[in-house]
Amino acid sequence: MLDTARRVSTPEGIELTLYLAGPVPRALAWAVDFFLRAAVVIAVLMVAGYFGWAGVGMALLVAFVVEWLAPAWFEVLWNGQTPGKRALGIAVVHDDGTPVRWGPALTRNLLRAVDFLPFFYGFGLAAMLISRDFKRLGDLAAGTVVVYAPGKAPARSLPQAPPQPPPVPLSLEEQRVVLELAERSASLTQERLEELAELAAPITGRAAGAASAARLLGMASHLAGRR
Amino acid sequence: MKQAPFEAAHREDWQAFERYLEAPRGATPAFPAAELPQRYRRLCQHLALAHERQYSPDLVDRLNLLALRGHHALYANRRRQSQRLADFLLVAFPSLVREEWRVVGVAALLFFGPLVGLIAALQVWPEFVHYLLHPQQIASFHDMYDPGNRRLGMREADTHFAMFGFYIWNNVRIGFQTFAGGMLAGLGSVWFLASNGLMIGAVAGYLTQIGFGGTFWSFVSGHSSLELLAIVLSGAAGLRLGMAVIRPGARSRKAALVAAARPAVRLMYGAALMFCAAAFVEAFWSPLTEVPFEVKIGAGLAGWAALLAFFALAGRARAAR
Repeated sequence: MLDTARRVSTPEGIELTLYLAGPVPRALAWAVDFFLRAAVVIAVLMVAGYFGWAGVGMALLVAFVVEWLAPAWFEVLWNGQTPGKRALGIAVVHDDGTPVRWGPALTRNLLRAVDFLPFFYGFGLAAMLISRDFKRLGDLAAGTVVVYAPGKAPARSLPQAPPQPPPVPLSLEEQRVVLELAERSASLTQERLEELAELAAPITGRAAGAASAARLLGMASHLAGRR
Repeated sequence: MKQAPFEAAHREDWQAFERYLEAPRGATPAFPAAELPQRYRRLCQHLALAHERQYSPDLVDRLNLLALRGHHALYANRRRQSQRLADFLLVAFPSLVREEWRVVGVAALLFFGPLVGLIAALQVWPEFVHYLLHPQQIASFHDMYDPGNRRLGMREADTHFAMFGFYIWNNVRIGFQTFAGGMLAGLGSVWFLASNGLMIGAVAGYLTQIGFGGTFWSFVSGHSSLELLAIVLSGAAGLRLGMAVIRPGARSRKAALVAAARPAVRLMYGAALMFCAAAFVEAFWSPLTEVPFEVKIGAGLAGWAALLAFFALAGRARAAR
């Protein structure tokens, strides 16, 4: 399936789903980090400027640290997120979904030097588009992926309908389909909603369009836990 | 079991788990950390049950998210993240350099070959330097190493600390580039090693030939061992990545690359520390003119001897155990 989900099996026999972040959120996160880095260096330069050449030396040291070490430091200690990644809600994890450690974090950050070639992250972008998991060269060598940070899913907003149980137990996938249809019902025309609801004849009992839709929304209410 | 009693039976368990994950550092957690693996496995079982029994998607998603967070918490500190620094420097690093002697040797040849060759060649054919250096570059090296200077290797107005910052920022970056270039089937590392060898050889050969050798060698001798070997090790780390791309052996290229990156980045830790030490020496010792020429050359040679002995011998006893 053409999807950005990556399934990872854990030793406990369950499967976790990681949602991979593509080039656009990653570029935006990079831009946020870049401006923060620039701001830090400029701030140091303004203060240290009073100390003449020694201040310039200090600013260069800070520039080195924020460019090469700080991203890895943030990624290890901040759940795989630099400030930019946190702003965009993405994070670095190992291929197996475990939190990133020092070795891989430093590997991927040092290898930014080659992703940057031949100009402005050309190789990095090419590698991301070619590889299945949006990996830039640094990610390939470090064995890391950038994913959307797990967060609480937003609460479902379902239309009000008197709850009614489905006539037969539904599988998880079927339950999801019903709930998602109910969620989208507000953005569908009534006709389209009825047309779709009629497809669920086995559980709506061949009722006419409008009745079918109403029953399906009722079941969605029931599935969402309303009583 | 219906969903409602299932939830009721385990709700407290899940809430405790969530509280444990959300407890700020330092606060008393909801249960002792030793219970985490067991509780996490129980949660995984609940997730599998909820999935299997087709409970509502909301519950399954909630448990999935909780399991994902538990997974992160459990595997965050899978092993000790860092060896003690002294242990790494004195045992693991020199052992690693010996272990990787093939790539280190190739990198040394690629770097020192052009460097030494060019120094020798320029003594015989001095005009060859104009193929490699721009007249402006030559003029600026004239300025920096003029025997009349009070400070060597830098312009009068600069301070030691400014140069220290510059050397860290510039030299370590060159090291990182030399390493990263290895991803391009090793070509980047070969390029950076050979081109840096050529440039350094050209400058050294030229300045020696025109009679500025006294100031030049007095300036570079102190930090040369640390800095030049650090470039070689960066290149070696890059070649290690490059070899994984060129000849992955019985693994996929991706797996070979990940496996090669582990020793390579450890070489880079050492190389980066050597670059920093070199920058310190280069900024605070090398420019001094108060120290007699013989002392500086002697210190430089002692540095080479010590560093080579270190890589040949350090950590042998411990590594063999």
